Amino acid sequence: MINFGSVRRREPVRASFTNLWDIDDSSYFLASLRLRMPAPIRLRELIRTIRTARTQAEEREMIQKECAAIRSSFREEDNTYRCRNVAKLLYMHMLGYPAHFGQLECLKLIASQKFTDKRIGYLGAMLLLDERQDVHLLMTNCIKNDLNHSTQYVQGLALCTLGCMGSSEMCRDLAGEVEKLLKTSNSYLRKKKKVPELMEMFLPATKNLLSEKNHGVLHTSVVLLTEMCERSPDMLAHFRKLVPQLVRILKNLIMSGYSPEHDVSGISDPFLQVRILRLLRILGKSDDDSSEAMNDILAQVATNTETSKNVGNAILYETVLTIMDIKSESGLRVLAINILGRFLLNNDKNIRYVALTSLLKTVQTDHNAVQRHRSTIVDCLKDLDVSIKRRAMELSFALVNGNNIRGMMKELLYFLDSCDPEFKADCASGVFLAAEKYAPSKRWHIDTIMRVLTTAGSYVRDDSVPNLIQLITNSVDMHAYTVQRLYKALLDDISQQPLVQVASWCIGEYGDLLVSGQCEEEEPIQVTEDEVLDVLEGLLVSNLSTPVTRGYSLTAIMKLSTRFSGVNRIKKVVSIYGSSIDVELQQRAVEYNALFKKYDHMRPALLERMPIMEKSASNGPTEIVQTNGETEPSVVEPKHLPPVTQPVNQANDLLDLLGGNDVVPVIQNTMPTKPASAGGELLDLLGDLSLSGGPAPAPASSVPTSQPSFLMDGLSSQPLFNDIAAAAIPPMTAYNKNGLKIDFTFERANPNPNIAVITIHASNSTEADMTDFVFQAAVPKTFQLQLLSPSSNVVPALNQGTVTQVIRVLNPQKQQLRMRIKLTYTLKGSPVQDLAEVNNFPPQSWQ
Amino acid sequence: MMRFLLLFSRQGKLRLQKWFTPMSEREKKKIIRDMTTMVLARQPRSCNFLHWKDLKIIYKRYASLFFCLAIENQENELIALEVIHRYVELLDKYFGNVCELDIIFNFEKAYFILDEFLMGGEIQETSKQMVNRSIEASDMLQEDDSSEWFEVELFG
Repeated sequence: MINFGSVRRREPVRASFTNLWDIDDSSYFLASLRLRMPAPIRLRELIRTIRTARTQAEEREMIQKECAAIRSSFREEDNTYRCRNVAKLLYMHMLGYPAHFGQLECLKLIASQKFTDKRIGYLGAMLLLDERQDVHLLMTNCIKNDLNHSTQYVQGLALCTLGCMGSSEMCRDLAGEVEKLLKTSNSYLRKKKKVPELMEMFLPATKNLLSEKNHGVLHTSVVLLTEMCERSPDMLAHFRKLVPQLVRILKNLIMSGYSPEHDVSGISDPFLQVRILRLLRILGKSDDDSSEAMNDILAQVATNTETSKNVGNAILYETVLTIMDIKSESGLRVLAINILGRFLLNNDKNIRYVALTSLLKTVQTDHNAVQRHRSTIVDCLKDLDVSIKRRAMELSFALVNGNNIRGMMKELLYFLDSCDPEFKADCASGVFLAAEKYAPSKRWHIDTIMRVLTTAGSYVRDDSVPNLIQLITNSVDMHAYTVQRLYKALLDDISQQPLVQVASWCIGEYGDLLVSGQCEEEEPIQVTEDEVLDVLEGLLVSNLSTPVTRGYSLTAIMKLSTRFSGVNRIKKVVSIYGSSIDVELQQRAVEYNALFKKYDHMRPALLERMPIMEKSASNGPTEIVQTNGETEPSVVEPKHLPPVTQPVNQANDLLDLLGGNDVVPVIQNTMPTKPASAGGELLDLLGDLSLSGGPAPAPASSVPTSQPSFLMDGLSSQPLFNDIAAAAIPPMTAYNKNGLKIDFTFERANPNPNIAVITIHASNSTEADMTDFVFQAAVPKTFQLQLLSPSSNVVPALNQGTVTQVIRVLNPQKQQLRMRIKLTYTLKGSPVQDLAEVNNFPPQSWQ
Repeated sequence: MMRFLLLFSRQGKLRLQKWFTPMSEREKKKIIRDMTTMVLARQPRSCNFLHWKDLKIIYKRYASLFFCLAIENQENELIALEVIHRYVELLDKYFGNVCELDIIFNFEKAYFILDEFLMGGEIQETSKQMVNRSIEASDMLQEDDSSEWFEVELFG
């Protein structure tokens, strides 16, 4: 619609004088009074004055003064200057001072007839109010009237404010008005409609909107459609019919010649183009037909758009996004990725950033296409901009595969060396993951890990340490090489905790290989046992070591006691730390001490090499109770501590369990089908003497299930703390026949005085060994019994040694302890079996 | 859609704030603080896009003013740069070689222009001429202020 505006002009108005003529007599007086008071200063002056303030305090003072003036002015209901005052208030609001007392004034301004007032009033409303305050509802009526105003600008103002801050109630009330306006042919106003939730009402109108020539209307209609589609999927089906129309519009835009109104650097109306592309994306997303219809136009846009300026690139970017999202044909997708590849070479940082972000999104689906640009992406790692570097790093990790692992890793490790600390943790984790998946050889893998640990060791995440340990354990042939390299790294630097932890664990495990100089992969170094111990002890005392690290090194030292020949030094260290302030260290030291003193014979079994661990699916759940020895791995994982300490911790848990009524079938063994629920099955012994329930003796002490000894030791080490109490109960001889003597020694389990811990010592005074020795016991029903595995099943002849076994008896009712025992063994080739009853328990053992 | 638009000087003084979603005063103040700190801390040659919470922040420096626009995650950043540029062009056309002082002393005009260009977080009018004409006409209405209205219609 083309109308020539005609504006009748009046002489410029001098506000203060003309108003006088408009006022009737009664207010004339008031008005004259008012004239005598100084008029509020103009906005510009206020701004100028405030800007001259040199300090914050000065500024505050001025503002406060002015606020006071404004407030009194408001109180007087001064219509003339209200506008000016509110404007000043808005300025002060922008500076950060409170201005809420102006809210009502804004409303008054809106209600005024003057356009100036309305303008400032609406502005004030938009700035000071929002839809969460109730005051805004008061505006509803004003807006309603203004929406029906004869002047389009007033209507425009109202719509704008409504658009800016209309709450849903307000919108609902005024929806009718807005809709009416939609139908008017005035293009100016139709732009300004804004859709709240009332989509159905606007549905019929929207169909016609796309046929508009006016770009503004077109743009907002497209926005409207987009909004509708996003909110309600049913609309999608409805609007898909519009795809051809949209395509046509887009085509016209591209093909049309220069249009001065909408041109931006040679491209007509890029904003509209982008919007249409976006709408097309939403419409074509999972719909083959629509996507089909769009293919041509997308290809056209992609190839014809000028890329020299940002605008062109913006359109291309949107096009690429659209192509990726809809069901486009593969040629189109390759075109899109190539565009992104070209973006990567662009000088403009923003474009590179955008390209990397988009490639990251598409790398999953179009992996091969993105691979082609790998070298460019890797170059971006060296960019100066932080955001670009981060994107490039993420993308690089996504692109790593079996073929390019070596090259990529070199670049990534170089990046790790030189990048900012904020990246290091993520990069390190990424490197580990990638190395694990694609390592071409074990040695390469270990080398990579070493490199990460030495360069970014302190940034490595805590949970990597157990993973690394497991990895190292599983690379059996690399043990010597690994421990050597780790040792050398330790010599250089002990500040990086993850490195130190892994290194001390390895040294503890494979110290013998280190000392023996067996390395095949590289030149073996000459290390003495003392040097190794020096290093480990150094870790213990160093200020740089965290408590966790100290725990690792103490345990490592302990483990070396079975691998090194010089045990005395180790014993000394361990006993020193028995009085350490750190409770964790102290506990470990005390227990290791006990290991030396009381259970020395078990030490080798306890501290032997870890078997290959299976990768547990999750690093989480603790499965303490298992019925066979192979449970070692999953037991070890959860606590993230070296395995040797496992049993001790578990022991505590088990004891707590034992404190209850149930005897936990914790005995593992080679009779996997028989979880030794000691109580019930052993009772069968009383009647039926079948071999049930008791722990199978012979294989129990064999190597793979060294766990049992852990448990047993854990349990039996408990009484350590009860040494004093135990001393009170004298030992006794339970059985002495045919050269076989069985002694009982007692300890009381501390947490629960109802549990008596009995250790049997079987000795053989005959000339021949007793082999296949099995000791079984049964107790009356009121008791519960638990038999742990024996130290051996051969009782050496001529009292050269004893077989020990631990029995735990739960005696809740404090009845007199009675026991029936059964012994079987082979002496000089012939099997011997005997039953006996033990009644001579000392009273202290069951009271 | 756009979430907010902020203009601030190199010293961090706010010159214009437009919020497209309702927020409490406290939130607004916090956002202003965060934005000014983040944007002013950027190296001069770095890229114009930032990530902040779940939004993308596009910023551009024109002379002594920083224009900071926040858009939602699925929006096109490059076109947002164009939006900022278009607004600057509109201001420039209106004030004639606009500088920061113009915006300081005529902030309400800056708002009016913005309200003609953007609404509800989206572009309202893509044609520069249309926006300029509407502003001019509204200004004339304002000058013309009296108790009577005159019919003014838009130049087509």
